[in-house]
Amino acid sequence: MTAIAEPDTSQRTAALAERLRAAVGTERVLTDRTQVRTYECDGLANFKVTPAIVVLAENRQHVVDTVRLCSEAGVPFVARGSGTGLSGGALPRADGVLLVTSRLRSIGAVDADNRQVTVEPGVINLWVTRDATPFDLAYAPDPSSQLVCSIGGNVAENAGGAHCLKYGFTVNHVLGAEVVLPDGEVVHLGGRAPEHPGYDLLGAFIGSEGTLGVATELTLRLIRVPEAVQTMLVGYRSVEDAAGTVSDIIAAGIVPAAVEMMDALAIEAAEAAVSCGYPEGAVAVLVIELDGPEVEVEAQFRQVEEIARRRNAFETRIAADAAERALMWKGRKSAFAAVGRISPSYFVQDGVIPRTKLPEVLAEIDRMADERGLRVANVFHAGDGNLHPLVLFDDAVEGQAHEAEELAGAILELCITSGGSITGEHGVGQEKRMKMGKQFTAEDLDTMQLVRCAFDPDGIANPGKVFPTPRLCGERPGVHKGEHPVQAAGLGEVF
Amino acid sequence: MTAPTVTRRAGGPDDAVGGVAPREVVRPGTVEEVADVLRAAAADGLTVVPVGGRSKLTWAAPPSSCDLLLDVTGLDRVVEHVAGDLTVVAEAGVRLADLQAQLGQAGQLLGLDPPEDGATLGGVVSANASGPRRLHYGTTRDLLIGTTVVLADGTVAHAGGKVVKNVAGYDLGKLYTGAHGTLGVVVSTTWRLHPVPPARRLVTLELPDVAAAGPLSVALARSTLTPSAVELIGTAGGPGRLVVLFESIAESVTDQARATVALLGGGEESEELPADLGRRPGGADDVLLRLAHVPAALSPVLRALPAGTAVAAHAATGVSYAAVPAGEAVDVLPRLRAAVAEHDGTAIVLRAPEGLVDRLDHWGPVGDALDLMRRVKERFDPERRMSPGRFVGGL
Repeated sequence: MTAIAEPDTSQRTAALAERLRAAVGTERVLTDRTQVRTYECDGLANFKVTPAIVVLAENRQHVVDTVRLCSEAGVPFVARGSGTGLSGGALPRADGVLLVTSRLRSIGAVDADNRQVTVEPGVINLWVTRDATPFDLAYAPDPSSQLVCSIGGNVAENAGGAHCLKYGFTVNHVLGAEVVLPDGEVVHLGGRAPEHPGYDLLGAFIGSEGTLGVATELTLRLIRVPEAVQTMLVGYRSVEDAAGTVSDIIAAGIVPAAVEMMDALAIEAAEAAVSCGYPEGAVAVLVIELDGPEVEVEAQFRQVEEIARRRNAFETRIAADAAERALMWKGRKSAFAAVGRISPSYFVQDGVIPRTKLPEVLAEIDRMADERGLRVANVFHAGDGNLHPLVLFDDAVEGQAHEAEELAGAILELCITSGGSITGEHGVGQEKRMKMGKQFTAEDLDTMQLVRCAFDPDGIANPGKVFPTPRLCGERPGVHKGEHPVQAAGLGEVF
Repeated sequence: MTAPTVTRRAGGPDDAVGGVAPREVVRPGTVEEVADVLRAAAADGLTVVPVGGRSKLTWAAPPSSCDLLLDVTGLDRVVEHVAGDLTVVAEAGVRLADLQAQLGQAGQLLGLDPPEDGATLGGVVSANASGPRRLHYGTTRDLLIGTTVVLADGTVAHAGGKVVKNVAGYDLGKLYTGAHGTLGVVVSTTWRLHPVPPARRLVTLELPDVAAAGPLSVALARSTLTPSAVELIGTAGGPGRLVVLFESIAESVTDQARATVALLGGGEESEELPADLGRRPGGADDVLLRLAHVPAALSPVLRALPAGTAVAAHAATGVSYAAVPAGEAVDVLPRLRAAVAEHDGTAIVLRAPEGLVDRLDHWGPVGDALDLMRRVKERFDPERRMSPGRFVGGL
């Protein structure tokens, strides 16, 4: 923030706060510094910004009014659900409005015949499956934070979870959305039926990290609960054997519902936190889940056991019931938080590599960590190559946080050079926007900006996220290279 | 105006798109050549309509202008098939059937089965074509994980990547899917693949009334059975045939076929795929429509069709095809659109006999996002040179 801009900003936001209070009610607009500080970060706590104004919306009209008033005042807004995002996607703006949608929590009736349900964005992920269970239906996307994360946030980040391998990620399970565009206009993208004529703007909106508007209602696809589910936990003495098992399963033509991997450090952390009783002495474990018709699951389960055995698995446990299955998953799903037990601090990364590159990339991560004298715990969705390296460090040690951050960044670049992506489910957000230029060319990013400019010509929806080198909407792609002269002169930044 | 290896010739009546003949046909052989062509076309202010196998030229409205027909069939390389990653990169001019044959040798497939002969990957993406197995595998939007396009000004842009799970940046592949060449030319595609299932079994049930398929497909959808396709073939107001296809390991397809006979209250089991499975209904004299609706509304949608209309429905997915006799189409279409609208439904014209095209509203109502779509088109193609007039709202 520049010294000149500050007084203007505060006057502008003070005036906006008054108008917001009149529109949505005084009690829903927070400007008190101690109150708004509650919202200064999301799940990525190393970035913190205190928002000028927080609006606690309770219905669609509150969202529309807030966005429209922001648009009229030219003040940026950032939408936020439960705040569990891990890339700083919901990091507020000091000169803007943080629009909280977590109070929009109504769930429509489950339409069992059409296998769908319409919900508001603040609905918690797991509530959808809870409501669908009596109809033998479920909502497939299951981020590890599914107990607390909101659907609106899942849609913004296109957050997937462990079962993406078979069921696809959030974008494959959202049929329609009611969206408040950055000028306050309400549009309906997709719907309850497939194949709505026109551009698939819903597909572009999902995963756009709050830069194209705010969803106020979402129609979700539900899946039929499969006839059978079987989960096994397999222990290995080497990471290579565990990774090799994953490749062999896929090569055998089996598409598991999930294949999750944890290395020794991640296992140690999970044990310390939740005593999940993983095989003793394991250097790596896999949690493999198959689902589908019973006869299929049984036959393929036997095949997977055989593959694991050939890959030198020393212990295989099969969950006898739902409770045992839950315990296997508990270790995996609590692994991030558990790392706090074995290290004062850590960075969690979210990169993707082609599955066949798993063994060499994991070895390279090890080498890179050793070189810097740091430890990296690996816990990830092995089936689709979505790595979650946790870079451990001690912030009491001078310079170690910086070293760890550099290592985390180097791992992401390794993902890119291996043919992968900088994010599989957490999003780009604030954290990884400077890496976008490594994965995409300037032309690619300019083309994405065309979409951005169509939705948000004034650039007020979550500006400063996702894109590394923002451009002004009047520009043509491929024409201007490098920094725009207006930006270079410090005269303006639209994104 | 173009690179030396680009094939070019004068356009003729055989090249017409929706009755509009191009002045010239160009057939580039590389992505860079496509970019050259588009840059040159931009400089000369020419309108461009990209085509692949030309199997779905009628699926969008006729263009308001077509100076240049851009034939992408010269881009015919399968660039990279990594069996272990279940992914393939292939250029837009590769024919779907050729790709399937190549993948099949590695025991893999691309889960798309639109029936149009000679369809290319670029055409499948641009027209968002699908077939019966969409029930199991999803559609282009679910399987396309990366794409390269050339924009109206010649900019080459990539989106997505080569990994299945990837949320970096906007998912532009979705935007190009079904855009009918109005946002640029799709030149390369990257797909998620599936293993070829080892066994197959079908259950075929004859229905005296085609509309009976509605509750049966709902019952199948609510069961734990996992069919690859539930296809209804028949005539509105008349009899029909429901074909339930299972593809998995032998034990599973046998079990599931047996359970299906019990669930449906009858049906014949077999192993051979019927030749007409997935074919679009009707003939060249009919108006072919694609109807979309909430999946459970199949019966009321079928009842809204004029008696005798040939139908083929991907039951349980909410997508049906109907061949309305040409003489009735002008009257029927608005009424049908009103009827399917009650089920969040839409009806678009995929093909109509010559002379009738101008009298039918190709796309029908679009909804409240049309203005936003206009803004997207305006950003990608401000001079309206890419397939002008072919898309919704005259885009």
